[in-house]
Amino acid sequence: MDEIFGIPAPLLFGQLLLGLINGAFYAMLSLGLAVIFGLLNIINFTHGAQFMMGAFAAWMLLNWVGLNYWVALILVPIIIGATGVLMEWLMIRRLYKLDHLYGLLLTFGIGLIVEGLFRNEFGSSGLPYQIPPQLSGAWDLGFMFLPVYRGWVVAFALVICLATWIVIEKTRLGAYLRAATENASLVQAFGINVPRMVTLTYGAGVGLAALAGVLAAPIYSVNPQMGSNLIIVVFAVVVIGGMGSILGSVITGFGLGVVEGLTKVFWPEASATVIFVIMAIVLLARPAGLFGRA
Amino acid sequence: MASQNTAAVPTLPEERTAAQGAFGFTKPQFLTFLLLLAFLVGAPFAGLYPVFLMKLLCFGLFACAFNLLIGYVGLLSFGHAAYFGMGGYIAGHMAKVVGLSPELAILAGGAVAAGLGAVFGWIAIRRQGIYFAMITLALAQMVYFFCVQAPFTGGEDGIQAIPRGKLFGLIDLSPDLSMYWVVAAVFLIGFLLIHRIVHSPFGQVMKAIRENEPRATSLGYRTDDYKLVAFILSSALAGVAGATKSLVFGIATLTDVHWAMSGEVVLMTLVGGLGTVFGPVVGAAVIVTMQNYLAEMGAWVTVIQGGIFVACVLAFRRGILGEIAARLRVKL
Repeated sequence: MDEIFGIPAPLLFGQLLLGLINGAFYAMLSLGLAVIFGLLNIINFTHGAQFMMGAFAAWMLLNWVGLNYWVALILVPIIIGATGVLMEWLMIRRLYKLDHLYGLLLTFGIGLIVEGLFRNEFGSSGLPYQIPPQLSGAWDLGFMFLPVYRGWVVAFALVICLATWIVIEKTRLGAYLRAATENASLVQAFGINVPRMVTLTYGAGVGLAALAGVLAAPIYSVNPQMGSNLIIVVFAVVVIGGMGSILGSVITGFGLGVVEGLTKVFWPEASATVIFVIMAIVLLARPAGLFGRA
Repeated sequence: MASQNTAAVPTLPEERTAAQGAFGFTKPQFLTFLLLLAFLVGAPFAGLYPVFLMKLLCFGLFACAFNLLIGYVGLLSFGHAAYFGMGGYIAGHMAKVVGLSPELAILAGGAVAAGLGAVFGWIAIRRQGIYFAMITLALAQMVYFFCVQAPFTGGEDGIQAIPRGKLFGLIDLSPDLSMYWVVAAVFLIGFLLIHRIVHSPFGQVMKAIRENEPRATSLGYRTDDYKLVAFILSSALAGVAGATKSLVFGIATLTDVHWAMSGEVVLMTLVGGLGTVFGPVVGAAVIVTMQNYLAEMGAWVTVIQGGIFVACVLAFRRGILGEIAARLRVKL
């Protein structure tokens, strides 16, 4: 049990776990992107910056206000989600009648502003965020040590993804949302306030990104660039999965995280590019994405 | 940019009758072109620093190449840094390690960028709109990681001390002014080539695809082939621009393949005016000048660039030249 395929077992399981954690972030972020894209028809390029804002907000709450991780987990998505609502209300809604690419350019610009402001204030080096005491330590699973916090991130992300799926697929609110995705004007004709729903959906997607940011704060160092590097990979994940299905983005996110982790074991040099290569292959074989509708 | 409701047909006759001046320029365009020529010839004597001018021309050509896609085919490539940066690396490697003369090094940079563009374009044109932008961005990020690791790029250090060499093995380019004329010539050739492409029958089909792709398909055009050729041409010229830049500065680094560079070229084109002939050059001039003056402000440059993006998209979508042209009721 010490070696699997000539690889030391602890290394293999360690990278698998890291892959699952990265996958958890891919899944949560691509989920938010898919929800926003479904209703607003824009790709939210600010998503990475909003993920970073989530991590910073958790750090600020702890160091400036003295509110701990658990409070941040609830407060941060609400606060950052509110900034998203404001952003939609002030800017994004002016673009719905234009080509969708303008939405991409606008959110890219806002992302640059946010990242620049945080870099001015906090510099480029990372800030540490302590793992909450309840989640520190590690479990001995026999074949490996599992740091409690890492297990928590994977489990919590799964719960959030499942909850999002239930809200969208099984509740009345979700039914409105899916109906508006198919045909917004018809839903509006039935007396539902679609513009408000669009605003709140954007806020919810942004909140999801911020929540992922809080989860990430104790794992990665909190720094202004943490989102922009991640978001490009998430774009590739979204292209691979196709934005048609919620469950599809979750499975794709976790799956690609694991693939990336395994690549780190077997061919480390390729680990940074493997997801992009998979994207190219998927595009050649199935242009609509694994779970997408053509 | 694509507005799907406007039919392509009504714009065509007007353009055909208007394209009567020299080089297929309309009269206002020809006057602007003369102005540009006068600037190219006069600027180094008017006390402007040649290296700054060369930087401006390299980015101007880069933005024009990018505009060929977004302005005339309606494709937003968010990964043009890959071709720009790779052109720079190849030219640097060819000039420094292989010892090619500068004109061959630049051509090699353009050729490799074209090859890269052929592969990436072939993959990316399978999807449209927003997906196309995301795919090109992701593929460019792949090139970035490749350049971080590949031995010939020098990783974080980049390729340094690239010699400018002797043009055709005869003319020494180390004086800035000699190099300037070469860069100006490269820019002019690229600029006129793009103009020629746009005003060819091929260019008309490109515009038809921009206005209404299903309709172009139904007219019997294999739109994917047209898009791919346009993509290759655009990436080749972006590579030439990057190659020229690396010879000017004697250095090729990761900055030029980074996604931020892809964003910058979008910004230049947007500021100058999407789909205008001279807009990208003006936009490049504005952004490069701004970066030069604000260089010591660090991250504020990013904030200001983001602000310009937001302002352009919300209030100023035609860009500088687009706005001027609309006021004067001409095409520029």
